[in-house]
Amino acid sequence: MTQLLEMRGIVKRFPGVVANDRVDFDLRAGEVHTLLGENGAGKSTLMNILYGLYQPDEGDVLIEGSPTPITSPIEAINHGIGMVHQHFMLVPTLTVTENVAMGAVTSKRGRMNLRVVADRIRELSESHGLAVDPDAYIWQLSVGERQRVEIIRALYRDVKLLVLDEPTAVLTPGEVDHLFKILRQMAEAGRGLVFISHKLHEVLALSDRITVLRHGRVMGEVTAQEATRETLASMMVGRPVRLAPDKPPLEPGRARLTIRNLNVMGDRGLPALEDLNLSVREGEILGIAGVSGNGQRELAESIAGLRKPTSGEVEVDGTDITGSKPSVVRDAGLAYVPEERQRDGAIGAFSVSENLILVNHNQAPMSRKGFLRNGEIRQRSRQLVDEFSVVTPGLDVPASNLSGGNLQKLILARELSGSPSVLVASQPTRGVDIGAAEYIHDRLIEQRGSKSVAILLISEDLDEVLGLADRIAVIYEGRIVGEVDAEHADRQKIGLMMAGVSDTGD
Amino acid sequence: MTSRGPSEAGPRLRTQLLSYSVPALAVLGAFAIGAVMLAMLGANPFTGFWAMAKGAFGSGGALVETALKSTPLLLVGVGITIAFRASVINIGGEGQMVSGALASTIVALGMTDVPAAIALPLALGAGVVGGAIWGAIPGALKAYFGVNEILSTIMLNVVAVQAMNWLLRAPLIDPMEIERGTRIPQTARLPESTDLPLFVEGGRLHIGPVIAVLVAVLVYVLLWRTTSGYRLRAVGLSGDAARYAGMSVERNVVWALTLSGAMSGLAGSILVLGSEGHRMVTDGSTIGFTGSAGFNGIVTALFGGLHPLWTIPSSFLFGGLLVGAIALQRAAQVPTALVLALNGLVVLFVVSLDRYRRQVREREDRRISAIATSSTEDDESPKPLSREDDDDG
Ligand SMILES: Nc1ncnc2c1ncn2[C@@H]1O[C@H](COP(=O)(O)OP(=O)(O)O)[C@@H](O)[C@H]1O
Ligand SMILES: [Mg+2]
Repeated sequence: MTQLLEMRGIVKRFPGVVANDRVDFDLRAGEVHTLLGENGAGKSTLMNILYGLYQPDEGDVLIEGSPTPITSPIEAINHGIGMVHQHFMLVPTLTVTENVAMGAVTSKRGRMNLRVVADRIRELSESHGLAVDPDAYIWQLSVGERQRVEIIRALYRDVKLLVLDEPTAVLTPGEVDHLFKILRQMAEAGRGLVFISHKLHEVLALSDRITVLRHGRVMGEVTAQEATRETLASMMVGRPVRLAPDKPPLEPGRARLTIRNLNVMGDRGLPALEDLNLSVREGEILGIAGVSGNGQRELAESIAGLRKPTSGEVEVDGTDITGSKPSVVRDAGLAYVPEERQRDGAIGAFSVSENLILVNHNQAPMSRKGFLRNGEIRQRSRQLVDEFSVVTPGLDVPASNLSGGNLQKLILARELSGSPSVLVASQPTRGVDIGAAEYIHDRLIEQRGSKSVAILLISEDLDEVLGLADRIAVIYEGRIVGEVDAEHADRQKIGLMMAGVSDTGD
Repeated sequence: MTSRGPSEAGPRLRTQLLSYSVPALAVLGAFAIGAVMLAMLGANPFTGFWAMAKGAFGSGGALVETALKSTPLLLVGVGITIAFRASVINIGGEGQMVSGALASTIVALGMTDVPAAIALPLALGAGVVGGAIWGAIPGALKAYFGVNEILSTIMLNVVAVQAMNWLLRAPLIDPMEIERGTRIPQTARLPESTDLPLFVEGGRLHIGPVIAVLVAVLVYVLLWRTTSGYRLRAVGLSGDAARYAGMSVERNVVWALTLSGAMSGLAGSILVLGSEGHRMVTDGSTIGFTGSAGFNGIVTALFGGLHPLWTIPSSFLFGGLLVGAIALQRAAQVPTALVLALNGLVVLFVVSLDRYRRQVREREDRRISAIATSSTEDDESPKPLSREDDDDG
């Protein structure tokens, strides 16, 4: 196989961080080489250097063996490099054809012939199984379709080397499978692919080789055959990792959270939840699996009192809290880890200890007769920060200084400190580093073991749901389309249900 | 990592120094431009500013005048601070001062035979309530009907001034004015039991400035030591998070404007009860009664960094500017409008420097968190808790 690319000793510094620290990376024609690493490991930075968006402080880029400084994306494109960015770079008000034609070289006497472009798009979309309408406007397309446009744009430019920065983050499991098929085809056709991800099972399914980055440094390079999820995770984190927490057997008690025939409107005035029924018992984790935007947010919010249902009932620990205020729901025993932790779950400008009393500043011992008791608050904050291993330079630094994982641990610490009878955890580990995710999972399992809390886990991460939940309910377009025991759960079947194909078998 | 290393203390210190030097730099900048303006008007800037400083702070009498001028600025300023902290903008200090003063006046007029120990607190309390109502109205309009508080508070300023002009011309006018036929729009002398006590018999300094400083300290306690202040600040920083936590954003908006109005109402009340004539007078203009303290209080609060305690020296400086303006006018033969321009320049500098300070702080914060996380990366038992910072904002 020919060596398409070699990056040698790449160093890139940003104020306060070394994003890439003497990184070596290479790519051969016909292979998928994955860059794996946690958020902030430096994956995007390395590829942005390759694409000419950043200049390296040190190191060389060699294209097909010869040193080639790349100072702009145009040069990268001219060298046959394509990139599908983490955040799509398409103009929403233009059509697919116009977007593909932009910056491309199909000009006829200085003007582009859009019809030729559109025809070529049709060809490419057929030969690669990338269904896209060339005349559609970008704003009309779903994220999955937009991504296909990005890939077509790269194919149109006939790239030899395609970088895909976290392409699966926005896709359903079915879409991911389809994308992988296309990517494998492209590799077999002799192109070189760089795939960026932090999802372990995807990496193993798609890659030939895997390079793991951590804090800007290469932790190692392995082939997909010799790697396992555990070894990869350990390389990413720098210490041994348990991916699936050990779960003691289920011993559920009485139902603590009951939802009957719940109907809720979404923000746009359309039904977001329709006749939804759920029940969660203490000592049990019920996982809600589904692609985001199928009513998960509305479900969590209507339990937490942040959204008024149009009909139906929500009961927390025997109290009917349908349509009650958030404070009433909390008094009934609800703890809630919100999906938007930065927006809802914490106040960035408040200190760590101020955030730790956000929901209970009114209770003893944090306050008495309307006065905050700073001594008690500090002591309690220190205790919670210790107990939940929140990494922070101090109790008085603004919470905005904490990393995603540490902020989430802070929120979890606060929510669990009130001894709730129901815990709703929405996307508890999304965007959180593996170490923190592992920690949060352990805590949820621990709560389950206390047999006094009913846990509703809402997550788009199917691995997370499969690993933690005792029962899995799949939500699709505001309805529960199926419920299975975690023990007998079949990943494929759940994936189909998540895509709206209802379960008719067994 | 066991203690906060120099790499962390460094940037912190730099931002801190920067935030302390902002006011000084703002004043210097404003005065530099002021000097140019003076020179262009044909006056010597140095003698001008010297006369100004002496007029404001140069003698016991000057300091008394400055303290008296500062009082309404401080009270309005801490009121504005409460509102701003809750993310509500209160431009209604003028109207709230007027309504507080009117309420005080009406109550005081009815206190002819009441001892001072009862009459004075009641009259001051009426001012607080009068201002509070004038703040609660735009608060409720904003919270429950979505009416922009900037517009409603400005409009209520006009309403209050018109109400004052009418009340002082007709129902509240001093009967002597009608008898004599002069019809100056002013009340009768208020009962002596409602006079603010003086420090020195026959002097000018009454207890108003002391009340204002005490109130500023109380507002500090309210904002940073009580659950109510905690909620106000939470709502101000993030309505979403406050709602998530079970707080009522609406109620806190009303509460913030009510408290804010109460502070301005007290300022108006002190203006009347501590006035030399011991009566409420209007010249018919919109700012004749307040002397623009309702607006200047906003400047004072911003200059004090929206912190009640820093607003104390801030108000003293602006009070000094206003008092010194008269001396400057006399010495340099320039219009007092120049001092207004100076005020404006200070604000401009504070606001723009503050923006810069914020940017620096954000940058440093990012660096600190990078250091904090990277130095604990390989540590299984992290979270060193370092020294205790001040816990105010
Ligand atoms: N333009 C930039 N300016 C400053 N810092 C940056 C910039 N881009 C990335 N970084 C920092 O560099 C590090 C690596 O970022 P990135 O390459 O985006 O990581 P990844 O893609 O692996 O999540 C992070 O600490 C990030 O904050
Ligand atoms: Mg990235």
